[in-house]
Amino acid sequence: MSDVPPRLTVRELTKSFGTYRAVDAVTLDLEPGEFFCLLGPSGCGKSTLLRLIAGFERPTSGQIRLGDQDLTGLPPHRRPVNMMFQSYALFPHMSVAGNIGYGLKDMGRTAAAVRVAELLRLVRLEGFGERRPETLSGGQRQRVALARALAREPQLLLLDEPLGALDRGLREETQGELRTIQRRLGTAFVVVTHDPEEAMMLADRIGVMEAGRLVQVAPPIALYRRPVNRYVAGLLGDVNLLPGRLGPDAAGEVRTVETPHGIVQGRTTSLAEGTPVVVAVRPEDLVLGAQGLPATVTEATFLGDRLRRTLRLPDGSFLRASGPPAEGDPPAGSETRVAFSADAAAIFPA
Amino acid sequence: MSGRSRFSFDRLIRLPPFVWLGAFFLLPFAITLKISLSEPATAIPPYLPVLDWRGGLDGWSSFLEALNLDNYATLYADPFYRDAALGSLGYAALASLILVAVGTPLAYALSRAPARWQPLLLALVIVPFWTSFLIRIYAWIAILKPEGLLNLVLLRLGLIARPLTILNTDAAVIIGLVYAYLPFMVLPLYAVMNRLDPTLRDAAADLGASPTRVFWSVTLPLSLPGIAAGAALCFIPMVGEFIIPDLLGSSETLMLGRVLWTEFFSNRDWPLASAVAVLILAIVIVPVVLFRDSLRVGEGTGEGR
Repeated sequence: MSDVPPRLTVRELTKSFGTYRAVDAVTLDLEPGEFFCLLGPSGCGKSTLLRLIAGFERPTSGQIRLGDQDLTGLPPHRRPVNMMFQSYALFPHMSVAGNIGYGLKDMGRTAAAVRVAELLRLVRLEGFGERRPETLSGGQRQRVALARALAREPQLLLLDEPLGALDRGLREETQGELRTIQRRLGTAFVVVTHDPEEAMMLADRIGVMEAGRLVQVAPPIALYRRPVNRYVAGLLGDVNLLPGRLGPDAAGEVRTVETPHGIVQGRTTSLAEGTPVVVAVRPEDLVLGAQGLPATVTEATFLGDRLRRTLRLPDGSFLRASGPPAEGDPPAGSETRVAFSADAAAIFPA
Repeated sequence: MSGRSRFSFDRLIRLPPFVWLGAFFLLPFAITLKISLSEPATAIPPYLPVLDWRGGLDGWSSFLEALNLDNYATLYADPFYRDAALGSLGYAALASLILVAVGTPLAYALSRAPARWQPLLLALVIVPFWTSFLIRIYAWIAILKPEGLLNLVLLRLGLIARPLTILNTDAAVIIGLVYAYLPFMVLPLYAVMNRLDPTLRDAAADLGASPTRVFWSVTLPLSLPGIAAGAALCFIPMVGEFIIPDLLGSSETLMLGRVLWTEFFSNRDWPLASAVAVLILAIVIVPVVLFRDSLRVGEGTGEGR
């Protein structure tokens, strides 16, 4: 591997199909050696963004650079970037070794054979070199595709739903494997996925895409704790949303929000006083006790490691709480109060 | 529904092709074969019936006795027929090669054209079929003759000093064959190329392959089943082609289809003509068997997904 891998920078990248903007002014900086996930539902533009970086699509505007090199106008075969396809796209008329060695044409026969053997070892497919792709299982094909994409030692590897075609058990195993290989090689990976769990498990940072826009880029925990909008909040797991009005500007990020049920605190940046906002709190961050908003426990379900409760607020809306069960927890039907720390609450415009 | 009734329905639906082949291929072929084993006669029809249906069992035995391979012996012994057979194979093989060379880029261009243009472009490939085959070949006479369109253009452009003699040469026959059979080459090839997974090309380009290498290493090998199908579809009828060598060729253009025509209509030697027909079939079966194997290999590799 090269000593200092160049970093990918994407500037104001837009791809329009007619009037439809598949990718809308995306700006992104990748750290060298980073495992980055593009997360979003199908049709959000994440695969198009990947294809733009690989060179299969020409951007309508914007720029893609890798270190000092401007990739924007380069055709795919001139980019030091490789891609692993969702369908794997293995060449059916070539052996496994032929597939993996396809990109090593300039290397010389002997050197290429050595490299292929090395890659077969990396993906634990020694002895499969002469097999045809159609004789392999889904998991094996996936590993051939990965080895083929890594063969040219790309400075950046793009992976389009690399685990999408695998069944559940194999998927979890392969996630770990992918992570291990990425760590060992130190190559920056950009993985496209629609599975939030997978993204959180794999990524150093996640970029959430919605309707062609990159709405938030953050490490998994930050994304989970401080989503920037309702969409991101809901994408990563169960969340309670409390509407209210933002209180006066104070020093720091902690602000008060006036809800119909009382004043709460949360974190936000630079929003004007009086802005209609939503406070997002995860179920596990709700604390029941003597302080906070008045609520009624309407349902309590014991799940062994945790207790799940439904709480009704005075206006009839519901909150979900979840936490470790303890003796003396308020039973269903009892009146209680519910609170949360300001750090656990994200505030964003309604 | 029980599996059984579905099974019998399956059976039923497989029947028509066999009935069709039996009625319109096997039976006529059996008759041709029978005529080829008879002796010519000045009669209507102009051959001695080998099998007298009224003879019953005796008829069968006299049928077997009367079988004679004289016609085949003639085909074998007379170099004229051997040359005609080799000529047919030669013209068909050369034309097939040119068809592959011309049809492959054409089919590839079609398959890569913008999707909304493809139906129109395909229609343009098929449109010539709307005109009579005979008329289209006559049109080539007008193009290729010494004072024809082609020579006119070439003379005007100053590319040649004297008109080229193309009509009634082997070149004219090859031109006619390539022209007439091009759609049969392009259509199956287009069908295969159009179905190729475009991400395979993307993957090859992604791995550093130039567009040229992508074509030679991915598109072309995966299109081989289409090339084989197209070549077989052209080669087989070209071996027996009659009109093109008759209209565009010279009197020396020896092709089996023409020989067959002469024996049948001019010489009224039905048995010998039938023997030639059987010979054509025998010649054509060889490439069919060859291509069938290559098609089968294609199925295994071309349909990887």
